[in-house]
Amino acid sequence: MSPGSSHARHLAEAGRLANEIRLSVEQVSYAYSANPAQAPLFTLEATSFQARPGEIVAILGPNASGKSTLLKLIAGALAPLSGRILLSGFVTHSLTPRTRAQRIAMVQQESTLLFPARAWEFVLQGRHAYGRSLRFESKEDVLIAKNALAQVGAADLSDRWMDQISGGEKQRVILARALAQQPLLLLLDEPTLHLDIAAQIGLLDALRRLAGENRYTVVVVTHELNLAAEYADQVVLMQRGRCLRVGPPANIYQRELLEQVFQTPLTVELGSSGRPRVYVLPDT
Amino acid sequence: MRPLTLRRLFLQCSFLVVILFFVVVLALKFGAVPVSLYALGRDLLRVVFGQSSQISSDYGLIVVNIRLPRILLGIIVGASLSVAGTSFQALLRNPLADPYVLGVSSGASLGAILALIVEPHLTLSPLVAALLPPLGAFLGAAVTIAAVFFLGRREGQIDGNTLLLGGVITGSFISAIIMFLMSTLSGSLRGLSFWLMGDLSTPLQKSIYWFLGIGFVLAAGAIYTTASDLNLLLAGEKEAMHLGVDVPRVRLVVYIAASFLTGLAVSVSGAVGYVGLIVPHVMRFIFGSDHRTLLPTAAIGGAIALVLADTLARTVVAPTEVSVGAVTALVGAPLFIYLLRRRLA
Repeated sequence: MSPGSSHARHLAEAGRLANEIRLSVEQVSYAYSANPAQAPLFTLEATSFQARPGEIVAILGPNASGKSTLLKLIAGALAPLSGRILLSGFVTHSLTPRTRAQRIAMVQQESTLLFPARAWEFVLQGRHAYGRSLRFESKEDVLIAKNALAQVGAADLSDRWMDQISGGEKQRVILARALAQQPLLLLLDEPTLHLDIAAQIGLLDALRRLAGENRYTVVVVTHELNLAAEYADQVVLMQRGRCLRVGPPANIYQRELLEQVFQTPLTVELGSSGRPRVYVLPDT
Repeated sequence: MRPLTLRRLFLQCSFLVVILFFVVVLALKFGAVPVSLYALGRDLLRVVFGQSSQISSDYGLIVVNIRLPRILLGIIVGASLSVAGTSFQALLRNPLADPYVLGVSSGASLGAILALIVEPHLTLSPLVAALLPPLGAFLGAAVTIAAVFFLGRREGQIDGNTLLLGGVITGSFISAIIMFLMSTLSGSLRGLSFWLMGDLSTPLQKSIYWFLGIGFVLAAGAIYTTASDLNLLLAGEKEAMHLGVDVPRVRLVVYIAASFLTGLAVSVSGAVGYVGLIVPHVMRFIFGSDHRTLLPTAAIGGAIALVLADTLARTVVAPTEVSVGAVTALVGAPLFIYLLRRRLA
């Protein structure tokens, strides 16, 4: 076989991977009620979108718009009332917890620890789903955990106690644990909450780079309109349990639409990066 | 990074086993009747080589027939309570959980007493009759922990303080029922203090020791298969699930096995308190909070603690005996208050 044909096949493979739909949310709905006999307290109406490897999707919307519910459905933690969610062809909710953890990693708002743990112990937890028999970590697990810490620039935090590092550092270690899961899909629930602006940008830069390098599909729930505009390839705009629109930020960031959803006067301009930028206007 | 290896785990456990050995020798030597170390070694070797008949001295009989079984019981009960305490602390995400504090031991006591009351009215083979109290204790423990679990929930989430309060109140309510039963029933059942405070002085049939040993190995083994899941469960059930833990299965296995261990211990020793609280904390302080280390070290540590406490109970005011539950409570209750204050701070 000539080297040329091998190269061409490699290119074709790369092209196929780039066009592959990794995450497919198909007409997914959900209803939550405290009592089955009563009307539901919250409903999520049929929502659909798709994402490819390396893409960042931001789910935006005011409080109680159904963002976190949608994220839990994607994570497979909740079963949809109708519709389905496919990750590389598999229904996420039907996977066993172990298989799911090998494919989907979730970064949540706050990780509380009952007893103190060092950062490296915390990151090694990401290898749990790969463990055999009594789950003693292998050399490979340690290597992957070290690499994950290095990827988020937290290699020097390895021996520190989790309750003695700053919020930004903690968030990076939590992200490293998610990377140690070697997932196809990385889900983040308001990852920039409680972070100062430099740490917010640092985290999202890292996400952008990691999504590119490792071909993760990333779904982020956030309140940060400008950060979402800057970093997301697609935006899913939600309001009161309805998915209003899905598309690239330029299509979603329109003044009337955002004003109606967020109930706040604002302007939208094009930033220096070529992406939209939102300015909230003082109430007059 | 220094992840746990089998070798390190083995070394840690061996270290504790050596301490347990010395504690056992100490427990054999001391008592109302003092025994010399030489006589002790000679008689024990005779037992090991199957020449028990040659042990002629009264001292030897005391050591082999009275102290040794009692120490064996202390080892199994201490290990069971300690593993149960470690498991409840992880399962309920509460560092102050312990079979005694949560009222589970009282529930097990009540279950065993009810079994003893019912037993004469049933026609059972001697073996089944002997297993009825442990079964009753297991059911009592399981029902109590379920009740405490539901009492401790607020808005669908377990609330640490509500849980502890629920446990303490449930425990005192069940103790009141036990006292009521004891004062209305004629005296064929073991005394009141046995079920409320616990002691290890009751002689048991040989087959019961086998049942206790095998029961402990099975239940503690079942909990150990979930050791690394318990590490993640400490961060919360949702987080554990996202990291690949089959949360409902782990909860069920640990809940049943820890209730079984509590029932096992209580059915032969009554409600000995605080072992399941103190020992896991000490082991966590020495070896860290990884349950793959914590469960086996807590088991051996629990055995050491209870054999020591029982030796104290036998010797402090010899020839009179204090109940071992009083000794563990004297040490455990202040520690509980210290941990509670630290948590509130």
